[in-house]
Amino acid sequence: MTLEIGLIHYLVLGAILFALGIIGVVTRRNAVGVLISIEIILNAANLNLIAFAKHAAKGLALPGLQGSAGLDGQVFAIFIILLAACEAALALAIIITIFNRFGSIEVDYANTMSG
Amino acid sequence: MTEPATIIPRHPHYFLDYADAARAQLAQSFRLWGVTLWPGADVPPALVYLAAAVVGCAVIIGVLCLTVMVLVYLERKVSGHIQSRLGPMYVGWHGVLQSIADVFKLLAKEDLIPDNALRFLYSFAPALVLVGAFAPFAALPFAQNLVMANMDIGLFYIIGFASIEVIGVIMAGWASSSKWSLFGGMRLAAQMMSYELPLGLSVMTIIILAGSLNLNDIVMRQETLPYVLQSPFGLIAFILYYIAGLASAKRAPFDLPEAESELVSGFHTEYSGMRFGFFFLAEYASMTLISAVGSLVFLGGWNFPFSGDGRVIVGLLQLGVKTAVLLMLMLWLRWTLPRIRIDQVMHMCFKVLLPLGMICVLGAGIEAVSGAHAVMWALVLLLVAATYIIGRKSNSFAPARAKGHL
Amino acid sequence: MSPQTVIFYCLAVIIILSAVIATFARNIVNAAYGLFFTLLALGGVYVLLRADFLAVTQIVIYVGGILVLLLFGILLTNRRLEDLIISGQRSSLLGVVMGCVIFAVLLAIIFYARWPQSENAQLEGTTAPLGYLLLQNFLLPFEFSSITLLAALLGASYLVRPSERD
Repeated sequence: MTLEIGLIHYLVLGAILFALGIIGVVTRRNAVGVLISIEIILNAANLNLIAFAKHAAKGLALPGLQGSAGLDGQVFAIFIILLAACEAALALAIIITIFNRFGSIEVDYANTMSG
Repeated sequence: MTEPATIIPRHPHYFLDYADAARAQLAQSFRLWGVTLWPGADVPPALVYLAAAVVGCAVIIGVLCLTVMVLVYLERKVSGHIQSRLGPMYVGWHGVLQSIADVFKLLAKEDLIPDNALRFLYSFAPALVLVGAFAPFAALPFAQNLVMANMDIGLFYIIGFASIEVIGVIMAGWASSSKWSLFGGMRLAAQMMSYELPLGLSVMTIIILAGSLNLNDIVMRQETLPYVLQSPFGLIAFILYYIAGLASAKRAPFDLPEAESELVSGFHTEYSGMRFGFFFLAEYASMTLISAVGSLVFLGGWNFPFSGDGRVIVGLLQLGVKTAVLLMLMLWLRWTLPRIRIDQVMHMCFKVLLPLGMICVLGAGIEAVSGAHAVMWALVLLLVAATYIIGRKSNSFAPARAKGHL
Repeated sequence: MSPQTVIFYCLAVIIILSAVIATFARNIVNAAYGLFFTLLALGGVYVLLRADFLAVTQIVIYVGGILVLLLFGILLTNRRLEDLIISGQRSSLLGVVMGCVIFAVLLAIIFYARWPQSENAQLEGTTAPLGYLLLQNFLLPFEFSSITLLAALLGASYLVRPSERD
């Protein structure tokens, strides 16, 4: 543990978040709980991307714009947030459909497709 | 490909500049009659910034609390006079000290927590709502150079932090373990989420016209004419903004979340004492915020009609007058219009305000590219006039009631 | 110790604690509020990383949008007001072991790889450059994402339509 905050610190934080998200996805039975864990995973990815955007040696730079190198990482993060919004809306629609059909949002109940 | 480098604005961070000046002062020895009273010390900048931030927050919160007290008094007076009553008359001259008495009453009340309530969330929700209501003021320029955090993304920040309030309200509604609270919380969440869209679109119109998210910039660009007069879409966007702002500050006629006649008092039914006071404070603070942002973004803020060469007092007075007018309009509307139904609320948002907002954004884009303000005014006025005339002739725009099916 | 360091460690502690709550809390509403604090503190970390626009975007979209949707989902899918929604844990030992293994692998990679030590120059504000990047270099993905959003909207409203039999 060093006093100066560098890239490694952010990456470790992202790794912790990612691992927690994986644990949640595997252990949760509630569909909303699974969704919460997926959001944590996406955020871990975002954190890594933005950390790289600050620390990357080479990045896409706008012509004539000093210091814009590496901002493409932030653009990727914007796209991830956008897709997370799509995913949350669709997932909630699916969850509500599952609730109407099976009377519960425990994912174990929705097993009519398994053989 | 055009050269982008020229457009990126560089702003002085005013508040931090003040803090730097304070630090420079501290670093000099302060002597009086040959005696060293304050040995010059190199205070770490972080400490000075922290102290400056705390002082700034304290000032803003203090001023806001005073504003809210005045507003509560005014609301009771206005409602009284609109309903041919006198309103509070006993505490002080014409009841001017009524708000102070109210504060003492709230402080002295017992702070109840229902048995079924989720204790942590229940006690945390009011604080969260208060944060959502007060945090945006940090980026609000009260006059030229009088802003705590002069951010590049000031307007976006304000809109964003105002949405934290929704979470606090759902938390309060859920944690109270009461049906009224839950219904009120869900209604408010649906309403605030929906009305954030027209609010964002109307603000987006001005962002496109101004080409900046920085509130200081936006106000500086309205020195000759405020945006409501500069562009027809500014005017439409202002009306949209005001209606959406009323809804997201849950003011009448959009006060369904705390509809007294059906839901006791909505999401804060179970709250009492100072926690209820927090919700009260947050409601009036967000009213003030809506009015202040509206007058900054659309009405020229502290820069119109008198620029005053950047003098703080001129700016403060102008902004204050505009904000007060918008606030009084809110009070007037509350005691004039009846509350509307939840389906009418949603209809209003998604079928009226949202398409209008999109037209505004599109029009503002065309206007910003072409710069043809006069042509746009003529076009929009013509369109409105044509709609009015056709509507009168064919009667197809008349409300449903007029055609006989209520 | 610079203030950035102090702020980073404070935020990191908040993030990890609230993410643990979001992962392990038995009451799903508490988990959602754990996620709320994770997202908020992550916004703070983005500010430390000089991504001011993204920090506010995070708060607007995640806190103001996705989280409210999640809470709505929770409130709409429980039958009775009285009982709390308890989410059972399934094979939690396996999950925790799996998570730990993944974490160990990630740590190994992070400490094994040689990362660039450089730091990109500070921008005064990221909003304008981000706008240029989105509308010049990433125009196609940008337009495509708007179509994705529209499709997601339509799909979601199609899924939750009232059924014809009712």
